Amino acid sequence: MRVLEALLDVFRNPQFYSISLTASTPLIFASLGGVFSEITGVVNIALEGIMLMGAFVSTAFTYYTGDPWIGILMAMVVGMGVAWLHAWASIKWWGDQIVSGTAIILMAQGITGFLMKPVFGQVGQTDLEKFKMVKHITREINPIIKPIKLPIPEKTFLGQAIGTISPLVILAFVSVFIGWFIIYKTTLGLRMRSVGENPEAADTLGVNVYGIRYFGVMMSGVFASIGGAFLSVGDTGIFKELMTGGRGFIALAAMILGNWNPIGAMLASILFGASEAFANQLQSSKLIEVSSSVKPLFNMVPFVVTLIVISGFIGKTRPPSADGVPYKKTD
Amino acid sequence: MYEEYAVVMKGIVKRFPGVLANDHVDLFVRKGEIHAVVGENGAGKTTLMNQLYGLLHPDEGDIYIFGNKVIIRGPKDAIKNGIGMVHQHFMLVGNLTVAENVVLGSETTRGGVIFDLREARRKVKELSERYGLHVDVDAKIEDIPVGMQQRVEIIKTLYRGAEILVFDEPTAVLTPQETEELFEVMRRLKAAGKTMIFISHKLNEVMEISDNITVMRLGKVTANLVTRETNPREIARAMVGRDVVLRVEKPPHEPKEVVFEVEDLWVKDNRGLDAVRGVSLKVRAGEIVGIAGVAGNGQSEFVEAITGLRKIERGKVTLLGRDITGLDPRSLRNMRMTHIPEDRHKYGMVLQYPAYYNMILGKHWWEPYSVRGFLNHPAIFEGSKELFEEFDVRPRNVNMLGGNFSGGNQQKIVVAREVSGNPKFTAIAQPTRGLDVGAIEFIHRTILKLRENDVAILLVSMELEEIFSLSDRILVMYEGRIMGEVMPEKTTVEEVGLMMAGKRLEEVRT
Ligand SMILES: Nc1ncnc2c1ncn2[C@@H]1O[C@H](COP(=O)(O)OP(=O)(O)OP(=O)(O)O)[C@@H](O)[C@H]1O
Ligand SMILES: [Mg+2]
Repeated sequence: MRVLEALLDVFRNPQFYSISLTASTPLIFASLGGVFSEITGVVNIALEGIMLMGAFVSTAFTYYTGDPWIGILMAMVVGMGVAWLHAWASIKWWGDQIVSGTAIILMAQGITGFLMKPVFGQVGQTDLEKFKMVKHITREINPIIKPIKLPIPEKTFLGQAIGTISPLVILAFVSVFIGWFIIYKTTLGLRMRSVGENPEAADTLGVNVYGIRYFGVMMSGVFASIGGAFLSVGDTGIFKELMTGGRGFIALAAMILGNWNPIGAMLASILFGASEAFANQLQSSKLIEVSSSVKPLFNMVPFVVTLIVISGFIGKTRPPSADGVPYKKTD
Repeated sequence: MYEEYAVVMKGIVKRFPGVLANDHVDLFVRKGEIHAVVGENGAGKTTLMNQLYGLLHPDEGDIYIFGNKVIIRGPKDAIKNGIGMVHQHFMLVGNLTVAENVVLGSETTRGGVIFDLREARRKVKELSERYGLHVDVDAKIEDIPVGMQQRVEIIKTLYRGAEILVFDEPTAVLTPQETEELFEVMRRLKAAGKTMIFISHKLNEVMEISDNITVMRLGKVTANLVTRETNPREIARAMVGRDVVLRVEKPPHEPKEVVFEVEDLWVKDNRGLDAVRGVSLKVRAGEIVGIAGVAGNGQSEFVEAITGLRKIERGKVTLLGRDITGLDPRSLRNMRMTHIPEDRHKYGMVLQYPAYYNMILGKHWWEPYSVRGFLNHPAIFEGSKELFEEFDVRPRNVNMLGGNFSGGNQQKIVVAREVSGNPKFTAIAQPTRGLDVGAIEFIHRTILKLRENDVAILLVSMELEEIFSLSDRILVMYEGRIMGEVMPEKTTVEEVGLMMAGKRLEEVRT
């Protein structure tokens, strides 16, 4: 009975909804990135690595310039560059996309770990307080992108849940809409879909298969790196080694569950984000006694939900036919 | 130069590793004519056309379009020169709609960026009405029948302003009715002043639709014929280099015991509708039972069900006295059942595998190809080489990837694999689709030899000619049911045709 009470309590708490949004945002960005890449036929498991790079780069530039927006911008540039690497290996050299993606993840983990000391002067994780005392910046800086207040009365349930919200959360939803528009309403999107489904057919009609694939993969880098940057400068203000913690893969699951459609991927991201928030809230519930030794088990909830949902749905979604298949021209 | 010609290809040479696919080929196509290109499998027809369309580039030779020398770097250049191509294997994007497929690459837009679907639909509708090419503009490609897919391919070329249309074996996948409709369209296009190049292995079609014929053999042009002044026998001789028997002789042969039996079989199609509704039949050793019918009347589902590729909803299948209902393909193969599938790309072979693996697919766990769970490569090579020799697969290179063989030779590989190794029962679907007359003769002889060796054979074919010349008994299938059983020597094409249209034998004979 107490357990049921605790469960209900989670849903009654406005905090649950605001945490859900925060947890969903990086997934929404990254899964949108996944859609952009895979819809053109390139599997991009490098998302995890690109997110990590995004989190790192945005923190680093915020640290030195004092402006988290510059951090985000640089994360996008670097994310695009890393994605280009993946595109180059898998499009130009017909490389195995899983191998290339894995290599990029490992590389990102190595580089960010190694650069902690030279860039931030410490290992493990950055220190929020230290930010305010960087020598060459005299004014006090805020390393977190400032949340904005929506015109919702603060006292109401809704106001407490989403009244104060990070502009990046809004950007996530706007990006999804723009992504959907590009993919389904523009000529570019039509070509992207054709290239992921039957590149040979597209080629015979004069569509630039390689160019479109580069575009898709590089856009996925941009989105994934914003998702990563949200974890650091969008939410916590710190960078921690390996802080993405598998979110890149959950984003891929969201993309699959969402049937390679930006809107679907967004809904799936919200489901996964909510389950993370749920686990989080339940752990700190005062109504049930949770011994600290079992607490880590709660962190598994999003992954378990992923597994269950994916195994239930996977047969019903359909990937682009040429997803993961390098396109070779003969002549 | 060459003003009266729409297309001139002069001295075209194209080499692939180990193959001279086009050896100084000359092709002259007059403005406004329908020009047939015929030749054996692997003669180089598709290769020649791919060079015209810019998918391949000639090693030597020149191309003139409407009298102007052109260099065609890619499909874009070809389209600019007014060339359109309906490929042997359709080039359509399955998850896009008809209208989207047509305009892809030269989309209708609003403001140059936003895709104007409404305008695309309007234009496609207009083209389809003008030339009598009926299509459903909003249907997804993967949901429409092949005949309509082909019409989409034609509209695609017209949308891009094609004046010269290349049809690479357009009729191989069509039913006789659909072929007639295609010819109607081609005549209308001709009346509108378009020039067409038509590739086919069916000589009666070539005789019916073309004005002039270029015959190719082993990469060279062997004859230029005027259709009015020639006959199928002469074309066949130029193609194969010898006299061809267009209809093989079937020796009498007494069938033995019943090997294969189906009782009241029910099978569903991909959409979950009943495709096969209570079919029963028996096949005896040394007997060929032919199933005739218009495509899409449950034959494909029937064959897939008995070969373990599709779920059986109800009914019983027996092989050599054993109930094999619902067994998986591997168990069936171990019982010496083999299958020549109608779609060789989907079920017949792995295009990315070299030929020697394709030759043992489905038998790879048998001795001598496998020894104690490991592949025995020397035996695989030897076996493949022997089969290549026996079945005259060209080129004789077992290392070549399956996908690089011409359509006809891919089929030979599949047939060679399935008929070798002493089968007891074999299900054969569309064995000669896309094959040249020489290869058809060969495959027909092979099937008759199986019969002599007392293999029980079930033959599914849309070609009545084939059904009549090979079968001992003919069953006609319509909407998943058997309309009746007739003996080929005691029936007529008309009678079978009526049953194919849904009349029961009793109704036909009263
Ligand atoms: N990409 C390739 N690599 C190597 N060899 C090839 C390739 N494409 C075609 N060939 C070879 O070139 C020859 C001509 O093939 P092509 O496809 O033009 O024949 P075709 O006349 O169209 O035959 P079919 O009637 O069977 O379609 C064949 O021997 C074929 O194996
Ligand atoms: Mg061909």
